[in-house]
Amino acid sequence: MTATATAPLAHPAATGDEAARPLLEIRGLEKRFSLSGDFLEQLKFKGGKLVREQEHVHAINGVDLEIQRGEALCVVGESGCGKSTVARTVMGLLHPSAGEIRYDGQRIDNLSTQALMPYRRRMQMIFQNPYASLNPRMTIQQTLEEPIRLHHPDWSRQQVSDKVAEVMGSVGIAADWGKRYGHEFSGGQRQRIAIARALAVDPEFIVADEPISALDVSIQAQVLNLLMDAQRDRHLTYLFITHDLAVVEHFGTRVAVMYLGRVCEVAPTATLFATPRHPYTRALMSAIPRLEDDRPQHIRLEGEVPTPVHLPSGCVFHARCPHANARCRQEVPALIARDDGSQVACHAIEEGRLD
Amino acid sequence: MSTETSLQPTAALPSRWARFRDSYLLYSFRRDLIAQVSLAVFIAFVACAVLAPWLAPMNPYDLAQIDILASELPPFWIDGSDPAYLLGTDAQGRDLLSTILYGARVSLIIGFGAVALQALLGVVFGLLAGYLGGRIDAFLMRLADIQLSFSTLMVAIVVGALVKAIFGGATFSAYAVPLLVLIIGLAEWPQYARTVRASVLAEKGKEYVDAARTMGLPSRRIMFRHILPNTLSPIFVISTVQVANAIISEAALSFLGLGMPETHPSLGSLIKSGFDYIQSGSWWITLIPGAVLVVLVLVINLLGDWLRDVLNPRLYKG
Amino acid sequence: MSLLEVNHLDVRFALRRGDVKALRDVSFSLDRGERLGIVGESGAGKSVAAFTLLNLIARPGYIAGGSIRFDGQELTGMSDRALRRIRGNRISMIFQDPMMTLNPVLSIGEQMVECLKAHRRIGRREARAIALRKLEQVHIPSPEARLDQYPHELSGGMRQRVIIAIALLLDPDIIIADEPTTALDVTIQAEIMDLLLELCEKHNVGLILITHDLGVVSQVTQRMLVMYAGRVIEQGPTRDIINDPQHPYTQGLMNALPQMATPGSRLNQIPGSMPSLDNLPSGCAFHPRCGFVTRPDGSERTACRTQVPGFVASGNCQAACHMVAEMLERERLPAEETTR
Repeated sequence: MTATATAPLAHPAATGDEAARPLLEIRGLEKRFSLSGDFLEQLKFKGGKLVREQEHVHAINGVDLEIQRGEALCVVGESGCGKSTVARTVMGLLHPSAGEIRYDGQRIDNLSTQALMPYRRRMQMIFQNPYASLNPRMTIQQTLEEPIRLHHPDWSRQQVSDKVAEVMGSVGIAADWGKRYGHEFSGGQRQRIAIARALAVDPEFIVADEPISALDVSIQAQVLNLLMDAQRDRHLTYLFITHDLAVVEHFGTRVAVMYLGRVCEVAPTATLFATPRHPYTRALMSAIPRLEDDRPQHIRLEGEVPTPVHLPSGCVFHARCPHANARCRQEVPALIARDDGSQVACHAIEEGRLD
Repeated sequence: MSTETSLQPTAALPSRWARFRDSYLLYSFRRDLIAQVSLAVFIAFVACAVLAPWLAPMNPYDLAQIDILASELPPFWIDGSDPAYLLGTDAQGRDLLSTILYGARVSLIIGFGAVALQALLGVVFGLLAGYLGGRIDAFLMRLADIQLSFSTLMVAIVVGALVKAIFGGATFSAYAVPLLVLIIGLAEWPQYARTVRASVLAEKGKEYVDAARTMGLPSRRIMFRHILPNTLSPIFVISTVQVANAIISEAALSFLGLGMPETHPSLGSLIKSGFDYIQSGSWWITLIPGAVLVVLVLVINLLGDWLRDVLNPRLYKG
Repeated sequence: MSLLEVNHLDVRFALRRGDVKALRDVSFSLDRGERLGIVGESGAGKSVAAFTLLNLIARPGYIAGGSIRFDGQELTGMSDRALRRIRGNRISMIFQDPMMTLNPVLSIGEQMVECLKAHRRIGRREARAIALRKLEQVHIPSPEARLDQYPHELSGGMRQRVIIAIALLLDPDIIIADEPTTALDVTIQAEIMDLLLELCEKHNVGLILITHDLGVVSQVTQRMLVMYAGRVIEQGPTRDIINDPQHPYTQGLMNALPQMATPGSRLNQIPGSMPSLDNLPSGCAFHPRCGFVTRPDGSERTACRTQVPGFVASGNCQAACHMVAEMLERERLPAEETTR
C-alpha cells in the first residue's frame, strides 16, 4: 500500500514510469439505460404532432476513479447508486454512454472484441450470486478449464489440468470436486469455485461485485480471507463493490462512496472511517448497526433517494442534505482533493461551512 | 495455510447410473402409472414400426403379394373373415395389419423428422433472437409471427399444389416423405423459436453468462455451450407435444389427399382410403387405423404432460 | 406465566428420502412487551420456527411434537378457524419481502380496510380512520395520500413501513418479524429498526425478530436465541451473549465479523459449513467445525461426538455445549472444596 495512493485528479496519466501510472482510470463515465423500448414505442402524439420521446435511467453520471496497482478500491453505496454498473462497465459487459476507461494507459472501452482479448486475461470478475454464476450443466473441471483453454490455446492437456489442479489447491478445493456439478455444493464452496475460475488465467486485476453479500456470516469470513490471501500471494489489484461498510473497513485500501451515480467521496479507508467528510458518508456511517450497547443516534436523512430517471439539478444529494444552500441546488460539485489524501465533492466542505 | 480447513472429505462420486437411479425423473416416473403405461405403449409402437418388415405378415408395397380377390375382408372376430388376414383387408386386398404397421412407421418417421427440422430451425433462430437481441430479435420474431399466421394446412396446400403442378404427381409421390417433413417442419418452427427465446432471455440474465462474456468467449460458444444446454428442459417438453402435432398434421394432410400416396400409405392416407367404404359396411378400413392414430397421439401427449410436470422448475427445483 | 411459551417443539419435513428434522427440541418463552431475537445462518431453522408459531408451516412440513402455548391456549392442533382469530389479530407477522404481504392490485387503503373488516365488525369509514392512524404511527409522510396509492408506487422502505402499519392494525400482542430489513439499505434499515423499537416500547408489544445480523439483534432485542442446525444452542440476555458468548459457535460467529479483527489482517473464520439437515453429524451438530472437541491437554471430549449436549447455565445465559459444561464443573469443584 502506498501512502500516495491518490494522485491529483485533473491531469491524465503520466506516461513513462509504469509503477506510478494507475492500473485503471475511469474518466467522466456515464451510463444511461433507455426506458422507452424500441423506436415505435417512443413515438408519442402530443399537441397534434408526433414526437419521439425517450426516457432514461441515469445509472452513472460522470464518475472519475483511479485504481493503483496492488490496492483494493472499495466502492460503497446503497442500492441504485450505480456501483454495480461501474463494475460491469469496466468489465465490458456494458458499453458506456460517455467517458473513457483506461487500463494500464490503454483505452479499452472502445476496443473490438479481438483487441480486447489480452485485457480479458488480465482482468477477471467475481459475481454476487454463487448460485447463478456457475453453469449448472458443466462440471467444476470443465468450468475451470474453459478460461485456460481459451487464453492458452497452445497448452497441452497436461498443462491445462496441472493449472486447474494448482488453482483448485490455492482456493481450498479438493481435487475430487472436479467431476461434480455446481449444484452439489454450498454457497461458500461455489464462491470458491468462482474465485478459482477467475484466478485460473493469472489475472492482475479483479472486479468483485458484492462477492460475499449472498453468503452467511461464518462463510463470509472464509471467502474474505481467501480474497486477501490471493491478493497477497498473487499481487492482485481489486475493484471491490459492496454495501457492507464493515467489510470495507477491513478489506479496502481506499474507499469511494457513491450516491445516485456519482462519487461523493474518495479517501483512504482509515481516513474515511475516522473522519467521514461528505454529509452523505456521515449519514451512511452512522447507520451501521454496531455491536456495542452505547449506540450514538444515527443521522436521519430527510426523504428518500430520488429516482435516477429525473436527476436533481446541482448536487444530487441536495434535497436530503441538511447543509444544502442555493449553490448546491444549481452547481454540480466536483471532487476536490484535501491534505489528508481524501477527495470530497461537496460545496459546503469546499466553502468551509462544514469541516 | 488455513484455507485447507475447507478441504472436507467428500463422499465417493456416484456413478452416472446411480445418479439416474436417485433422480427425481425416475422417482416420479415410478409413482405415475399413466406415464408408465404410456411409455410402454409408445415403445411398443416404435418397436412395431421399426420392425414392421419382419413383423408384418406381408409387404403392402409389394404388388405381387396383393390379391385383389381378397379385398374388403373383415377382421377376425366377424363372420366371413380369413384367418390369414388378422385385421381384414382394405379395398385393394392389402392386409390391414401389415398396412397399419407400415403406416405407423411412415407416420412416426414424418413426425420425428418434422420435429427434428422444427427444432433445428427454432433452436437456432430462438438462440440468435434471444441472445443477440435488438434488430435481429425483432426481425426473427416478426418472421415467426408471419409464419404462425399461416396455418400448416395452408402452407402444405400451396407447396403441395406447386410441387404437383411443376414436377407432376409422380415426383410428388416419390418424394412425399421428405416433402412432408419439410412442410410440417417449416410451418411449426416458431413454436420452438418462441420457447427457446424465452428461456434464453431468462438464462442470459444469469451471472454464469456474464462470467463467460468477461472471460472473452466468442458468442457462438456462449450460445451453444453455455446457454443451450440450460434450455433443454422446455425443448424436451414441447418436442413431445410437437411430435404428436406433426403426426396429426401429416394425417390431416394425407386425409385431404395432400400427403402420402395410397400406394405408400401412412395412417392418415389409410383412414382416407377406407373412408369411401364406410357406407358399404367396410368400416374397419377406416376405424382401425383411426383408433391406432388416436392411441399413438394420446400416449405421446400423456408422456408430454408427465414430462412437463416433472421438468417444471416452478414445481420442482432441481 | 409468559404470554407465549414454546416447549420442546419438533418440526419435520416429510421428504421422499424420509423425514428431515427442521427443528429439534426448541423451547423459549416471550413475555408481554419483550423483544426476543432469533439468530442463525441460513438453514439453521429460524424461519421455520417463526412459521410454525402461526401454524403456517406448509406441507410437507408438520409439527411432530412439543407445544406452543399462547395466552394459555394450545396452538398446536388448533382448528384453522380458531387459529385465524389469533393469527393476524393477536400475533402478526412481517416478512422479508413486502410484496409477499401486499397485493399489487389493491390500494394500500383497501388492503388495510379489508384486513380490519375481516377481523372486526366495523364500518368502512371507521376502518379507514384506523388505517390512517396506523400509517401516522409508522411515520409515513402524508398518510392520507398513501391510502390511495398502490404498493408499486412506494419505495422499499415505505413499503416496509406500510407492512408494519398493517401488522399493527389489530393491536397485536406479538409481532414476528422475519428478516424485516435484509432487503433494505443500511440507512433505511436503521430507520425501520428505530421504528420497530419505538412501537414495541410505546404499545407494549412483544417482538420476535428473526435475523442473521448480530448488529441488528444487539441493538433491538433484550434476549436472544442462537440456532444451529435446527437446535437452539445458546440463549440469554442479548447484552450478555454479545459481550461474552459461551458456545463455541456463537464465539466463532462473533469473531468472524470484520469488526472484530484489525483491518487488513485475516479474519477468524469458522472452518467448514453448516451441515444439511438430512445429514447431521452425531452428537453435537457443531463438533466437526468446533475447535474445542480436543482439550488443551490433547485429550478428546468424546461426548461431543456421541451425545447431544443439554443446556447448562453459565451466568445469565444457557449454552448447550459439553465444553462449557465441563468448564463449569471444574470451576465449581474447587470452589466447593475451599468452602468445606
